[in-house]
Amino acid sequence: MTSMTSDASTVSSAAPLEGRAARKAEKARQRKIAKDEAAERSRSAKSGFSNPANPLRSWALTIITGVFVIYCLFPLVWLIINSTKTQQDFVSTFGLGFGHTFALWDNLVTVFTYQDGIFGRWFVNTILYVVVGAGGATLLAIMGGYALAKFRFPGRKAVFAVVIGAISVPGIALAVPQFLLFAKIGLTNTPWAMIIPSLISPFGLYLMWIFSEQAVPTELLEAARVDGASEMRTFFTVSLPLLAPGIVTTALFTIVATWNNYFLPLIMLKDSSWYPLTIGLNQWNKQATTAGGQAIQNLVVTGSLVTIIPLIIAFLALQKYWQSGLAAGAVKE
Amino acid sequence: MSTVNSDAVSATQSMGTGATGAAVVNSTTARTVTPESPSSQHIIAEDGSNRHHRDWRGWKFMAPFAIVFVFVFIIPVIYAIYLSFFTHKMIGGDVFAGLSNYVRLFHDQQFWSSVGRVALFTVVQVPIMLALSALLALALDSLRLHGMKFFRVSTFMPYAVPAVVSTLMWGFIYGAKYGMIGSLNDLLGTNFDVLNPNWILVSIGNINTWEFTGYNMLIFYASLTTISHSLYEAAAIDGATEWQIVKRIKMPELKGSLAITVIFSIIGSFQLFNEPSVLQSMVPGNTITTYYTPNMYAYNLSFMGGQSNYAAALAIVMAVITMAIAYIVQLRSMKEQMK
Repeated sequence: MTSMTSDASTVSSAAPLEGRAARKAEKARQRKIAKDEAAERSRSAKSGFSNPANPLRSWALTIITGVFVIYCLFPLVWLIINSTKTQQDFVSTFGLGFGHTFALWDNLVTVFTYQDGIFGRWFVNTILYVVVGAGGATLLAIMGGYALAKFRFPGRKAVFAVVIGAISVPGIALAVPQFLLFAKIGLTNTPWAMIIPSLISPFGLYLMWIFSEQAVPTELLEAARVDGASEMRTFFTVSLPLLAPGIVTTALFTIVATWNNYFLPLIMLKDSSWYPLTIGLNQWNKQATTAGGQAIQNLVVTGSLVTIIPLIIAFLALQKYWQSGLAAGAVKE
Repeated sequence: MSTVNSDAVSATQSMGTGATGAAVVNSTTARTVTPESPSSQHIIAEDGSNRHHRDWRGWKFMAPFAIVFVFVFIIPVIYAIYLSFFTHKMIGGDVFAGLSNYVRLFHDQQFWSSVGRVALFTVVQVPIMLALSALLALALDSLRLHGMKFFRVSTFMPYAVPAVVSTLMWGFIYGAKYGMIGSLNDLLGTNFDVLNPNWILVSIGNINTWEFTGYNMLIFYASLTTISHSLYEAAAIDGATEWQIVKRIKMPELKGSLAITVIFSIIGSFQLFNEPSVLQSMVPGNTITTYYTPNMYAYNLSFMGGQSNYAAALAIVMAVITMAIAYIVQLRSMKEQMK
C-alpha cells in the first residue's frame, strides 16, 4: 500500500468518528497495516516473488539516501549545538562539539533582552506580517483559484496569462518601482509596505486553481444553485470544506514565503522597530564587522534557531495535508 | 485540453469523495474517460448554452486578487518602464532621456559580468540540484527505503529555513578562521578557504542546493505518486525489471514536472540576491562586489547610489531576459494545461 492511498483512507475514515477516539483507531489500523506489510515482505523474501506495491526494503539504497539526509540535517544540527555555546566558546571550540559551558538558556534570555528586547518586537512583527499578509494571500488565492476553476468568466484566459507571466518577472523589477510608488503614497516604513505586496501569491493561485478543479465537483455546485443558494453561500458552505487540504498547502507556502522574505522588508523598512526576524538577524550579524561593534554571533545563532522552530513545527504538524495537497497539484503536470 | 474537456474531467470527478487522496486517485482514471460518457455530454450542452449570455459571476471571486494584483504588479511594471526613459539630474529633476539608460546598460561591463555570473550559476547549479531531486524522488517512490517518512520530511526541512538563516549557518560553517572549515584545516593541517574569490560562487551554489533540493524533490515525488500502481504490477507480470520500470514509466512522468521545476529554478537563480547579500559581510574585503548579481547591482544602484531610473532599466532588461529564457525552456507546456 502506498502512502498516498493510506492518506486518503485517513481522511475519509476519520470523518464519521470524533476526535481522540478516531485518531486512536486510525493509529491502530495503521500499525496493523504496517505489520501485515512487514509480514508480506518476509514471506516474499523467502519465496522470491514480491508484490510491486510492497517491495523488499533495501539497506544499500537506504544508506545512499541517508548520506543525503545527513547533508540536509547537518547544518541544523550545527545550529542546535552552537546555540548552546557562549560567544567565547563559539569562536574557539570545534563546530560540531559542545562548548565548555552549556549556555543555551542564557543565550535565549539574552536574545530576548538584548537592546531592550528588540528581538521580541521583530518576532511579533513577523507574526503580524504572516497572519495578515500570508493569511490574506491565501484567501485571495483560494477565491481566485476557485473562480478560474469553476467559472467561465470573460477575461479568464487573460487573467491566467498575466499571472503566469508575472511569476517570471524578477522581484527586483517590481521592488524598485514598488518602493517608489509606496514612498509616494507614504506607505514605506509602515507594516503595510510589507503586507500589501505579500498579499499576492501567483504560485498559491496556481495551486488553488488546480486544486479547486479537482476537489469541487461542478454538479455539487449546480445542486446548491438549484436549491437557491447564493454564489457566496455556496462557496463558504459547499466548496470551502472540500478545499481544506489545498488551503493548508497554500497557506503553508505563503507563510513560508512571508516568514522568510528578506528582500522586500530590506528595501521597504528603515525603522528597526518594524523589522521582521530575517532583517533583524542579519543586522545583528553585521554588527561584528562594523567598527566598534560587539560580536554577538552566539545571539545570531540562537536567534536563528528561534526563527526556524515555528515553521519546522508547522511543517511537521501539517505534513499529512501539504504532502497530499501538493500531490493533487502535481496531477496536472 | 479544451475548456469543454476540462469540464468533463471535473464532472467525472464528482464521483470522488472530495478527500484529497481520493481526488488524486480518481483524477488519474478520470483522464482516461472519453467525452462520450453521458454526464460529460450534459455538461457540454450546458456550457454551450451559457455562451449566449456572458457569465460574470466568477469576477466576484476573482476581483479581490485582481485588484491587489494590479496595484502591486501591473502598476509597478508600467511605472518601471516609464521611469527607465528618464534620468535624474541634480538641476532640473527628472528629464526625459529616451533610450539612453538602455544604451548605457548595454555598454555596462559591470552589468554584463553580473549576468554572466548568474548564467554560469544557473547552468551548473540547476542541473545538479534537479538531478539530485529527481534521484531522491525516485528513491523515495521505489518504496525500498527503511524509514521512508523520516526521509521524506527531513529532506524537505531545509525549505522551511529562511534564506537568511541558511546563509548565516553555512557562512559560519564555511569560516576559515573559526568555522567548521577552520576546524577541519587545524585538524588536517590544510589551508582550505571556500570563501575566497575562486570558490565563493560554488559555496553559494551549495547553499542554494541545500535549500531547494528537497522542495524540488517533493514536486517530482508528488507527480510520481500519481502513477497508478496497477501499471507497475502489469509491468512486473510482463517481466519488466525495476530499471525498465523507472526508464519507461517513471521517467516520462517526471518529464512533465521537470518543466515547472526548471522554470522556477531558472527564475530563482537569475534573481539571486539573499545569499550573496548576506554573505557579503561574512567574507573578507571585496570578494562579493556590489554588482555581484544583477539584483544586487540594481539594489545598490537604486538604494545606495540614488540611480533609480537606471536601476529600473536594468530591472526591465533582466525581466525580459528571464521571461525569454523561461519561455524558451518550457513555459509553453504550462500554458497547454490551460487550453
